[in-house]
Amino acid sequence: MAWDESQPMVSINDVHKSFGELKVLNGVSFDVMKREVICIIGPSGSGKSTLIRCVNALNTIDKGSITVQGQEVHDPKLDKLELRKKVGMVFQQYNLFPHKTALENVMMAPTHVLKQDKAEVEERAYKLIKKVRLDGKERSYPGELSGGQQQRVAIARSLAMNPDVMLFDEVTAALDPETVKEVLVTIQELAEDGMTCMLVTHEMGFARELADHIYFTDRGIIVEHGPPVTFFTDAKDPRTKEFLSQIL
Amino acid sequence: MKRCRMLTGVNTTAPTRLPVLLPSAAATIGAARRERHEGTFRLNLKLWHGGALLLLLLIFLGVAEAANGTREGPWAILWRWKWFVLQGFGLNLLISFLAMALGTVAGAVLGLMQVSLLAPVRTSSWVVTQFFRNSPWLVLLFTVMLLLPFEIEIGDTVFPIPDWTKAVIGFSLPIMANLSEVVRGAVISIPSGQWESSESLAFSRRQTIWMIILPQCFKRMIPPWMNWYCILAMATPLCSIMGVEESVTHVSQAMAAEDNRPDLLTPFYSFLLLIHFVYTYPIARWTISLERKFAVKL
Ligand SMILES: Nc1ncnc2c1ncn2[C@@H]1O[C@H](COP(=O)(O)OP(=O)(O)OP(=O)(O)O)[C@@H](O)[C@H]1O
Ligand SMILES: [Mg+2]
Repeated sequence: MAWDESQPMVSINDVHKSFGELKVLNGVSFDVMKREVICIIGPSGSGKSTLIRCVNALNTIDKGSITVQGQEVHDPKLDKLELRKKVGMVFQQYNLFPHKTALENVMMAPTHVLKQDKAEVEERAYKLIKKVRLDGKERSYPGELSGGQQQRVAIARSLAMNPDVMLFDEVTAALDPETVKEVLVTIQELAEDGMTCMLVTHEMGFARELADHIYFTDRGIIVEHGPPVTFFTDAKDPRTKEFLSQIL
Repeated sequence: MKRCRMLTGVNTTAPTRLPVLLPSAAATIGAARRERHEGTFRLNLKLWHGGALLLLLLIFLGVAEAANGTREGPWAILWRWKWFVLQGFGLNLLISFLAMALGTVAGAVLGLMQVSLLAPVRTSSWVVTQFFRNSPWLVLLFTVMLLLPFEIEIGDTVFPIPDWTKAVIGFSLPIMANLSEVVRGAVISIPSGQWESSESLAFSRRQTIWMIILPQCFKRMIPPWMNWYCILAMATPLCSIMGVEESVTHVSQAMAAEDNRPDLLTPFYSFLLLIHFVYTYPIARWTISLERKFAVKL
């Protein structure tokens, strides 16, 4: 089945997931089109991370379906590694490889996973590091970089694989307020370049400005969604209202 | 204004966290983590242990010398036998090197099997590890000594298997099992985020282990590895019970040659202990300093 751009880049259909007794996702459905930026917000423990991790098969699902470019993610026959070449992910805790320099962090996956030519990858890695405004830090080890800088290296590292979708799981949650901005700017530029992005975030201002669509999750279901304009001003669900009143 | 209420321990630091306790708490946590990580005790040799041994040697030599009549003095006797004892100690070293080499290779393989995704591989290697880790060294030694033939025939030639090579194999088994645990412990001590990020970059499991996880484990494994070497080096005299011609055997042979004079007992054995101390102490200290150095970095 050929996929084309008129179809959703990521399609989530009635996804259920539990950890043992604990039901974390109870039927979540939505689509993400190419070039779209969507934000998932919601209280802690509502299953945001779990959902986003299902998209690149870090988590399995119990029921339902998730497709990326028309391809079922939870097909047991699917080559997970092929899927992950298309879906980049950035984590709250950066998770850079501490024994490698920033440059090597960015170069590792393309050279060893995609088996691309090393000189070519290096050239691209320099460009990516420049793009996230870290030129000059190529030879620094993660331990020598600030949180915000590490997170930007992590973004560059994901981009080096030329993914079609990027997943961001609360990537600014571990940063102090000043450095949050530098990371958000990087993501914003990425979105403006047309990258399809799925973000879990607590940065409401950012979500309002950047997102094409916002989903509010609570106890494993989407209780409210809409474009930022209506979502922030015209929330209907009491849980959403309560949540928004707390953080706005 | 309910949600603005300050919650002790949430919005502010709880008063129970007394700052003065932090250093000692950190030390306790560090030690506990290390021990859980290695599953063993730390060989904590102090310089005064060596001083005490030296003192013991000198006092008993002095006493024996003073009580000595016309016979040859114990000091002269010890001096006469020193090369013989040291030669025995040389065999201890050889056994410890070879057993360590063998145990390291086998332990690395076994340890990696313990983190395999395949349940049968994981379980069988776990069973082997636990079996050899929890068996008394002496029993393993006896078993190997008695099970292995004293010679093997390949074609027309007969290869003798000397006792000390059997001792090497006997010692390498518990070393293998304990190093297997060191490898497993180091692998699982790497934060799960490292696995997740390399997985989401499409690294295969094999690539993740070899390129991401093991390079980070390597440093953490060096101190426990050296600690196990010290323990092994100190344990090698066990094989004297099997008649291997190592330092303890040589000491008893030397004493027998001197009519088993009781005044020689303490000087000879404290001399032997001193030799072991002089060899092991620097390695033990080095282990601890490496550990401190690596601990800061991780
Ligand atoms: N691997 C796991 N095993 C068991 N339970 C898990 C696991 N991962 C998540 N959970 C549970 O699933 C629930 C949802 O977790 P999830 O991380 O998706 O929440 P979240 O919305 O991302 O919260 P937060 O905003 O705090 O990150 C939580 O109750 C969590 O304890
Ligand atoms: Mg989360």
